[in-house]
Amino acid sequence: MTTLHIPATRPGSRILSVGAARGDLNVVNDDLVGPIDSSDEWIRQRTGIVSRKRASADVTLLDLCLTAANEAIARSGIEPSQIGAVLLSTISHHVATPSLASLIADRIGATPAAAYDISAACAGYAYGIAQADALVRAGTSEYVLVIGAEKLSEVVDPTDRSISFLLGDGAGAVIVGPSDTPGISKSIWGSDGSKWDTIRMTSPYTDIASGAPWPTLRQDGQTVFRWAVWEMAKVAKRALEEAGVTADDLAAFIPHQANMRIVDEFAKQLKLPDTVAIARDIETTGNTSAASIPLATHRLLEEHPELSGGLALQIGFGAGLVYGAQVVVLP
Amino acid sequence: MALTNDEVLAGLAELVNDETGISVENVQLEKSFTDDLDIDSISMMTIVVNAEEKFDVKIPDDEVKNLKTVGDAVTFITNAQS
Repeated sequence: MTTLHIPATRPGSRILSVGAARGDLNVVNDDLVGPIDSSDEWIRQRTGIVSRKRASADVTLLDLCLTAANEAIARSGIEPSQIGAVLLSTISHHVATPSLASLIADRIGATPAAAYDISAACAGYAYGIAQADALVRAGTSEYVLVIGAEKLSEVVDPTDRSISFLLGDGAGAVIVGPSDTPGISKSIWGSDGSKWDTIRMTSPYTDIASGAPWPTLRQDGQTVFRWAVWEMAKVAKRALEEAGVTADDLAAFIPHQANMRIVDEFAKQLKLPDTVAIARDIETTGNTSAASIPLATHRLLEEHPELSGGLALQIGFGAGLVYGAQVVVLP
Repeated sequence: MALTNDEVLAGLAELVNDETGISVENVQLEKSFTDDLDIDSISMMTIVVNAEEKFDVKIPDDEVKNLKTVGDAVTFITNAQS
């Protein structure tokens, strides 16, 4: 029997660069408190959010993606034509098909790169990194563009006290490429569909035809908080173990920016030393789901360029419920 | 050996104090977690998870909403131990 030819595998992959785009509007807590009978203090205390970035009506999800992607490409030093795959994690794309990733690939000059969207909510970026790492190491693609992007302001209900006031808009993008040494550890990822409705839309889009209102997001906050901290702490520890490192080896901890209270309790559970920089981009960006980890990474590197080359533990978790974590070398 | 109500109350008061800074003397059976002690839902869940570990009991998410007073929590934990 003829043996199939497969490409030579690579010893590792790494993130080469990061790009970011945040919504153009700065929405402070006082802009949102009326319909939820709340206050700036109430929101700050429960979420750590002072303001969130949201995009104007004429700024599309595609616009955010292209801004972030073009910055990541420019900083990576590669040409768009070298990109072999474009992976977009989002829940904000308006049609089930075609994917937004294929349009992005074309707009950035990467056609005929493979292109597809990932639906893994707040874990979407970590899922994308897991796939990009595998594609590069397997020799399937040399360079992969991973984008996490959301325009969550389109699925908020101003009267909702469960999640809407946390949400923001933005896009973060990275280029993943080959490396002589591993720059992305084995991804620890998974799902728990028994908690499928813990974070959910109020109704399917198909109900709109029969008069249902535009669907918006909801969550069972306490259940999510318990899962996000104590269950995800176990996942984060497994990611460290699989990478063969300890918390002491980390330069940064970049969890999904769900809620500052989750970030703080998470860091406590992991017993991170004071030397580890903790991403707290949520304070002025809000929760941007799939975009939050690359946006937080971008900000950390802007404010602390000395972190470049250090190790970061990143973990995404959210609706599904789904999660993904890995240790990466910061670009 | 199962702890008494008083021992559970004392242990719970320590957990509330650790999370919120509320003095242990203030954590009394008739006090409402939200109305009297002003404990928000996130702190409440942190106390619940820490109580599970401290008292070696399971407190399901669905049960947390029924724990309105300190006394409710003490009764639940005491019963769950036996």
